[in-house]
Amino acid sequence: MNQGRQKTSSAGLFSKAINMEQNVSNIKRLSSPIAYILSVCGFFVLLFMVIGSVYYATVAVDYQWRWFKVPKYFMYKSTITLYAEGFGEIDTIAANKDKYDITVTTDAGERTYTVPEGTFDWTEGDMVSPGDIIASYEGGWQPGILAKGLWVTLKISFIATIFGILLGIIGGVARVSNTPVLKWSAMAYVEVIRGSPLLVQIMIFYFVLGTTMNKILMMNGIPKLDAEWYGIMALSVFTGAYVVEIVRAGIEAIHPGQVEAARSSGMTYFQCMFHIILPQALKTILPPLAGQFINLIKDSSLLGMISIRELTKATREGITTSLQTFELWILCAILYLLMTFTLSMCVQYLERRTATK
Amino acid sequence: MIDVISIYKTFYVPHEVKALVDVSNKIEAGEVVVVIGPSGSGKSTFLRCLNRLETAESGKILVDGVDIFDPKTNINTVRAEMGMVFQSFNLYPHLTVQGNVNLAQKLVRKRPKKEREEKTRMLLEKVGISAKAKAWPSNLSGGQQQRVAIARALAMDPKIMLFDEPTSALDPEMIGEVLEVMKTLAKEGMTMVCVTHEMGFAREVADRVIFMDEGMIVEEGTPEKFYKNPSHDRTKLFLKQIL
Repeated sequence: MNQGRQKTSSAGLFSKAINMEQNVSNIKRLSSPIAYILSVCGFFVLLFMVIGSVYYATVAVDYQWRWFKVPKYFMYKSTITLYAEGFGEIDTIAANKDKYDITVTTDAGERTYTVPEGTFDWTEGDMVSPGDIIASYEGGWQPGILAKGLWVTLKISFIATIFGILLGIIGGVARVSNTPVLKWSAMAYVEVIRGSPLLVQIMIFYFVLGTTMNKILMMNGIPKLDAEWYGIMALSVFTGAYVVEIVRAGIEAIHPGQVEAARSSGMTYFQCMFHIILPQALKTILPPLAGQFINLIKDSSLLGMISIRELTKATREGITTSLQTFELWILCAILYLLMTFTLSMCVQYLERRTATK
Repeated sequence: MIDVISIYKTFYVPHEVKALVDVSNKIEAGEVVVVIGPSGSGKSTFLRCLNRLETAESGKILVDGVDIFDPKTNINTVRAEMGMVFQSFNLYPHLTVQGNVNLAQKLVRKRPKKEREEKTRMLLEKVGISAKAKAWPSNLSGGQQQRVAIARALAMDPKIMLFDEPTSALDPEMIGEVLEVMKTLAKEGMTMVCVTHEMGFAREVADRVIFMDEGMIVEEGTPEKFYKNPSHDRTKLFLKQIL
């Protein structure tokens, strides 16, 4: 009956789309194709109403949209300006391939600047004073503040994800063991970390742990760690606590017969854990794990509080110089959305691939 | 080979059940022992105690003279010599058929790759499933899965095989193929302890039948004597119900 309906219905494609989405149950509410199309239209009408009303509101308060100013926060052409360092004179100007070497002797010493042709206006013997522009020319393309911030966010999230998974798996395995030292440590870790706000933890990691550790490092002649690393630590430890619980649930969902089969063939507890239980558990915990790492990307926005210039802090700094508040915050949100969306697409792909087995 | 000396076992969850009460038995090498009894009689618990999947509260089990309930015993080396086949197959779903058979050989026996693959190939042929070596367990029928499980247990070259109701979860038309494999094993002289309801199998290959009820061994004997001429009323009633 379902097949017949698909063939005869004028909106066969649409009803197919409905069928694909219904993987929960085969019980369907039959509705006419026209009702379906109207419903789809309703979605777009709602979407345009939301965007339209925001736009209308900004027009009403006389906001000047300047999207054309945004690209320079990703890439801009830098200008290089060279200044004289003291009182003195231009010694020589000599051609060097397609550039010129300008040698200047001042009371601060002798210096040679290599500059492109046509970027200076001096002749040999001219006097210079401090602050005089010797040459000014265009440098290459430079990444803008948003591009740098995006890169920092990606880097921090990536490293924290890896440490978070490691912590979570180790903690999860410890959590299900019978040994009190492992089990209680894992329980204490989870309860302590889940019970306090991430922002407070970041502060503790940076101002308490960071201060003491950097002092100890310096006393032993080791260079101190960047704020970035304390941020990564805080995020990994925070995410790890949640992953412990996810891994535990995954392990407990494995049928006990699997353990019995493995142990009865003489495998040790850890062989059974790493070859039988974890591979199966990881497959089932992929979706909640993805949710956790999407949270991690978003939570990295808090790291601006300890002066790590990730995407959110970069946006804030961009706004203080440009005053393009609306554009930059909207852009910032879209960039986060792009990152989280890409991640969830990757996970969905992985899920589909492992589901075929 | 296995000496069971007066073991007791009580389950407290969900409510108190005396699963084993003063069970003693001796299983000789090369013997095929079939354990039967009504549901809840403790026959599975008895079998699972033999390789310490369950621990008894008191009593001893000596496997080749080694006390398996002694905390100092390395149970893994004992278990490596005892193959076990379960009612629900328990194949590893994330590994292929040959992966299932290979794994314990690699981890426990530390066999080199060539040797264990040769062994796997040979065993899959023996249980008649070599065509499915690269298939996933979920794509096999119940009978095929159980035959792979037997091959997996045999891959360790066990001295004894434990069967925990191997045919109870199978569709009727698949029971035959699994029993065939088990009969072949018995004829090859494998020591076997089988919990099963397959009376035909018991009659044909068992050296001894043990009947359990309420955690106790009620009666034991050769199949002929046991089926034709049971001495206890409880045994007679049970046989009347299932035959």
